[in-house]
Amino acid sequence: MTAAALETTAETPSPSRRRAWMRSDEARGLAMISPTFLYALALLFLPVLIVIAYSFWTQNYLDIDRTFTLENYRQALTEPIYRDLFIRSLWISLTVSVVTVVFSYPVAWFISFHGGVHKNLWLFLITVPCWTSYLLRVLSWKVILGYGGVMNTGLISMGLIDKPVTSLLYNSNAVVITLVHSWAAFAILPIYVSLQKVDRTLIEAARDLGDSRIKAFFRITLPLSLPGVISAFLIVMIPTVGDYVTPRLVGGKDGVMIATAIQAQFGKAANWPLGAALSVTTMVLVSLSAAAVVFALKFTIRRIK
Amino acid sequence: MTDRAMIQIENVSKFYGIYKALDDVSLSIAEGEFFSLLGPSGCGKTTLLRSIAGFENPTAGEIYIDGVPSLALPPNRRPTNMVFQSYAIFPHLDVAENVAYGLKRLRLSPEEERKRVGDALDMVRLSGLGQRKAHELSGGQRQRVALARALVMRPKVLLLDEPLSALDKKLREEMQVELRTLQKAVGITFILVTHDQYEALALSDRIAVMFGGRIAQIASPKEIYQRPRTRKVADFLGGMNFLKARVLGEQGNAVSIDAARFGAVNLEKPQGFAASNGHVTVGIRPERLRLLWDEDRAPHELAGRIENRAYFGEVTHLTVGVDGLEHPLSMVETNNFGADDLPIGAEIRLAYDPDAFVLLAEDPPVTRV
Repeated sequence: MTAAALETTAETPSPSRRRAWMRSDEARGLAMISPTFLYALALLFLPVLIVIAYSFWTQNYLDIDRTFTLENYRQALTEPIYRDLFIRSLWISLTVSVVTVVFSYPVAWFISFHGGVHKNLWLFLITVPCWTSYLLRVLSWKVILGYGGVMNTGLISMGLIDKPVTSLLYNSNAVVITLVHSWAAFAILPIYVSLQKVDRTLIEAARDLGDSRIKAFFRITLPLSLPGVISAFLIVMIPTVGDYVTPRLVGGKDGVMIATAIQAQFGKAANWPLGAALSVTTMVLVSLSAAAVVFALKFTIRRIK
Repeated sequence: MTDRAMIQIENVSKFYGIYKALDDVSLSIAEGEFFSLLGPSGCGKTTLLRSIAGFENPTAGEIYIDGVPSLALPPNRRPTNMVFQSYAIFPHLDVAENVAYGLKRLRLSPEEERKRVGDALDMVRLSGLGQRKAHELSGGQRQRVALARALVMRPKVLLLDEPLSALDKKLREEMQVELRTLQKAVGITFILVTHDQYEALALSDRIAVMFGGRIAQIASPKEIYQRPRTRKVADFLGGMNFLKARVLGEQGNAVSIDAARFGAVNLEKPQGFAASNGHVTVGIRPERLRLLWDEDRAPHELAGRIENRAYFGEVTHLTVGVDGLEHPLSMVETNNFGADDLPIGAEIRLAYDPDAFVLLAEDPPVTRV
């Protein structure tokens, strides 16, 4: 068949061709994902579009003025209170993700390399805390970190301090501690998966070529498990920026994050457009900082040769 | 190749629970020798190689590398480098970075490092591919990268763990020639693990055949093929016709036997020879039996009939039934004279050389504690 003949058949889909397409893998794949896809479209994509639309409108008492304006963004970006909240939210989520990944990596590494036949048991044990409600887990940290809590009474009975420390609860440290604990399991799993995929012969080859255990880890294991580290980072960082419950319960005055302000605009203050603008700004900021972190990680790893 | 021992393995055993992977193995490999460990899977050859490299910790014994007792040393402190069966090319590095991997530790000047990497790539005929990533390489190329990466370290011993088993037949034969040439050029001691007897025969200076964690025989390729010590070694190294024979008498180093229809044969007594109830097993290789055509005559002849025939292109494998023999004989004939056209059932005559018989010792029973 000549090229010209091929072109004409490609341009005019005959019924038989359409039937063939209906049986193809592509059509089957689309049919498979279509329920989820429609669901995502209706309940994720459209709401986000609505929020974006709102962010360009103005609240006029009970009505919405639908003329285009950037006033909400001006407020969101220049008002010192929001600026501080953005910075604090990003800072807290960044700290949480770094600390979570740093603590989770050794756990994941241990399970993957030394878990033996009990790997699944270990993983199961790690997910056990997630069985209780998120709210309960956060509240239990209140019990641990509080004025008369486990930490203070413990330190007093050990004679390390003579009166309870108040800096444990109701500040950003408390938020970081609580969030790290809540998200650890979600960081351990992706890191574990990528460590499992590291071919052990590669580590042997590195040792054979003169690397000590530690060197082989930094030159082979770590770079090859980077995808897991990056996903762990993103999995922790993206949701924590907008976390609402934890700052509310253990954050106190100093631990307030942007979600509280957004909630206030959609609630008491009844200024949906400003709330929408704050949400969109948060989304953009978190995407940018996530991208920056991914880039920085990749760059650092590539320097290790 | 010198007489100095580069590797000295003394009474090395390795147990996995009650399973003996290595059972009191002792051997010595000379400097510059191409040595092969040959055996079926699970015979312990890879465990032995990995013990030399430092990846396995033998339960007992000692391994001396260039005179240094090495079992206490980690792999990175041993003057050995390994070519892994899977090649273990680092996927996040390109070819040049892979080859330079071990050199980083030596803190060479950039020019010196580049030169050594370039030389190593030239040696395995990969010049100009330094910037390729691991996934852009073919199987043969990966194999060469693995070789270059190990050779660039100038090890005292190069360990090769079934390096050619993942390649197709043609490429494998090419690489065999190259490996042999390379070894002669660099003069490094090579230890090759393989389950392919032809590979071991074609490449090695000496071969150790292993079964069940023990060494059955160590000898040159020719000797191990022509004078296998036991039935198992003979069988593993290629086709062999086994016959039960009766001992007629022993005289010094010679044994005289009655090899059924082949008549009385005088054979050299192998090491550790012992007849059981006056009976022994002897073997003769299929290619040492020869078809006699029409008027051909030979001093030692036997009549038989073709029971089966298999065509292999350059040769034909024949199964010949001989009256008075327990099993039919297998023989290999080149197809120059029309052996591939002989009908099944055809009456033929075959010639043999009594010197081609080997007296085989009984295999030691395989002990699994």
